[in-house]
Amino acid sequence: MENEIQLSHGAGGSMSAKLMEEIVLPALGNPILNGLHDGAQLSMSGRIAFTTDSYVVQPMFFPGGSIGRLAVCGTVNDLAMTGAEAKYLSLGMILEEGFSVESLKRVLADVRKAADEAGISIVTGDTKVVGRGAGDGVYLNTAGVGNIIEGTDISPLNVKPGMDVIVSGYLGDHAATIMGQRHGISLPETVQSDAAPLNHLVKAMLEAVPNIAVLRDPTRGGAAAVLNELANQAKVGILIDEDAVPVREEVRGVCELLGFDPLYLANEGKLIAIVPHEDTEKLLDVMRKDKYGKNACVLGHTTEEARGQVGLRTEFGGIRIVEMPMGGLVPRIC
Amino acid sequence: MCLAVPAKVIEIKDRMATVEVRGVQRPASIMLLPEAKVGDYVLVHAGFAMQFVTEQDVAETNALWAEMNGAERTMTELPENERASSRIVP
Amino acid sequence: MTEKVDLHVLGRELLAGIKKNIESLGRTVRYMEVCGTHTVSIFRAGLRQILPESVELVSGPGCPVCVTPDIYMDTAIAYAKQEDVIITTFGDMLKVPGSKSSLSEAMAEGADIRVVYSPLDSLPIAKENPNKKVIFLAVGFETTAPTAAAVVIAAKEQGIENFYVLSAQKLVPPAMKSLLADPEMRIDGFLLPGHVAVVTGTDDFAFLADEYKLPGVVAGFEPLEILRAVYRLTQMTVSGEAKVLNEYGKVVRAEGNPAARKILDMVYEPADSEWRGLGMIPASGLQVKKEWREYDISFVRPLDIPRVEKNTACRCGEVLSGKVTPHDCPLFGKACVPEHSIGPCMVSVEGVCAAWYKYGGGKFQYGK
Repeated sequence: MENEIQLSHGAGGSMSAKLMEEIVLPALGNPILNGLHDGAQLSMSGRIAFTTDSYVVQPMFFPGGSIGRLAVCGTVNDLAMTGAEAKYLSLGMILEEGFSVESLKRVLADVRKAADEAGISIVTGDTKVVGRGAGDGVYLNTAGVGNIIEGTDISPLNVKPGMDVIVSGYLGDHAATIMGQRHGISLPETVQSDAAPLNHLVKAMLEAVPNIAVLRDPTRGGAAAVLNELANQAKVGILIDEDAVPVREEVRGVCELLGFDPLYLANEGKLIAIVPHEDTEKLLDVMRKDKYGKNACVLGHTTEEARGQVGLRTEFGGIRIVEMPMGGLVPRIC
Repeated sequence: MCLAVPAKVIEIKDRMATVEVRGVQRPASIMLLPEAKVGDYVLVHAGFAMQFVTEQDVAETNALWAEMNGAERTMTELPENERASSRIVP
Repeated sequence: MTEKVDLHVLGRELLAGIKKNIESLGRTVRYMEVCGTHTVSIFRAGLRQILPESVELVSGPGCPVCVTPDIYMDTAIAYAKQEDVIITTFGDMLKVPGSKSSLSEAMAEGADIRVVYSPLDSLPIAKENPNKKVIFLAVGFETTAPTAAAVVIAAKEQGIENFYVLSAQKLVPPAMKSLLADPEMRIDGFLLPGHVAVVTGTDDFAFLADEYKLPGVVAGFEPLEILRAVYRLTQMTVSGEAKVLNEYGKVVRAEGNPAARKILDMVYEPADSEWRGLGMIPASGLQVKKEWREYDISFVRPLDIPRVEKNTACRCGEVLSGKVTPHDCPLFGKACVPEHSIGPCMVSVEGVCAAWYKYGGGKFQYGK
């Protein structure tokens, strides 16, 4: 195998076949993928959920993960947030000419590792190669299907005033890691991207408390974006407590240096759940038994007043609005 | 404007320091604060150490506290030596 | 007193003290903060909601990014579009409007614009791209200006010949004087910018008491530090004192930071400068001195950017000086909204108009 990706690796000829046989199949192979049909032949029954997402991230490898781990976790988690258990994923790769084959192997190894952890298979895929300068090394797309867990009904329409808003752990680890790397900040090893498949956690949560009203993963735009979406869609107010927002000390440090608000930082292995108050304790008990939910806590509650808005009660007792984020995250001086 | 954070100087090489804020580290220039030494607490803005952070606010907060609790206005009358910059010792 | 002070209790006591002072005064007081970071802190801690109705905090022209005028943005965008240019900038600048577009739009069109945390991060970029001109968009007040000056000096020391600045740095005291020159200005005192004073020292603000008989308090940025400064201001308003106090002694000295001032004076000199919303203010900006002109892109590669006269109905100047509320501006909420701001008060999320637009009257109450 060559050391670098060439245009011909995406041209469908013998070079494409070689890439598939020498690199892709050894990393991801399973009986369905190994069949190398034009599409995966699957059998599923019942209600299914289906989703897709694309992944572009710089740096490609970062403490706690890589674009490969993100591509699996992101789609598995999107399915989980609909109450579905991910089963099969597709993987589309857009590679840039000159991309190192060694890096591609690392990315695919991370895809495999995350897939194994989530208990899913990559069953179909595609590879294209774009000219030098037309891409950023590698872009990935995954789509996934899974069965919706029986007896659950996840929808913002189920959210009513007086319910509790729960978060599964520390906010902002992923974005702080990435932004730290981009802007010369070194974090201790204890802080890394939280990229993780949440399907096992969600399954346990839904089995214990089937009437969870809604689940969301606070990725881009962070908790602020998710809470605003939910307040809008459910037409309730959401009031959270500043003291209750779980943020690691080091992540606060990154925020102070770069002028970020932790509520706006992306997460790749956290979820926010809204649940009837009487089920909160039970749900927290279950969540805290899972390694990805061990720091779960109540963030706040939904309210009758201020419908469509998210408020944050500050430690001084004032309430400020948590706005919908407007754009990307960039370091500020003001 | 002007976000700035207190940070501890961990290391200095040439005129570049490594400063630490809540356990995370970043390089910061000491061109604007050439007397900075390892162990000092400094205020960092846009990648530069701008000033020493002193313990004075502790004295001030205590004076303010006393004042709020009925003492005569004390804080603005702190003796000059107490107001002077005693650097925080780690 | 050795036991640890309970800051929440202290905060409540300060609030009670502020209330008591104001009640004895029997009228509304109006204090201006001239620092965007204060505005952000006040907003983030929800201080406007917990202060008595009769204490108004108004945001002055305290964000150097927001007051950067169209013509500067147009010039920066024109440089950004040149093939051999890499722009380095603070993230705050990306969405500041020029006459037609913004840097983020230029970025989308392919301009090489890199967001840096420190101006110093421009130098490695210059070294890695010897065939490009790397231009740092030098905006900021007295706090930030010495950092850009230091980078110019460092570039010279390191023999880097493709690093330049495009200066729009501004000075705070001249802008305050310009606001105060207006006889209709209604302000009872100033919350003075702590981090500007870190460089300038408190002496630069003495004019407030000496010339205008107004109190001023140099304040830190923690909610408690702001409350403390407001408390001091109300005390002085009640007693009729006009002094400039330093309530941010942990980093602010009377003399400021002499090393930073020296470096600033080496590279820059005061010049007339245009402020968005306020117009031209004499000696309120900084330009690169003759000796350092080879690092000034506007000298090395001058551009003739036409000045675009835009709708001038914007009343930000009057909003900032407290003469009118945002609702009195014909553009407010119509042509001028947060996503498409015309005046400086709408550019930043924390600007007066933006706050009014989003929270209704700047005194948003959750659920009301």
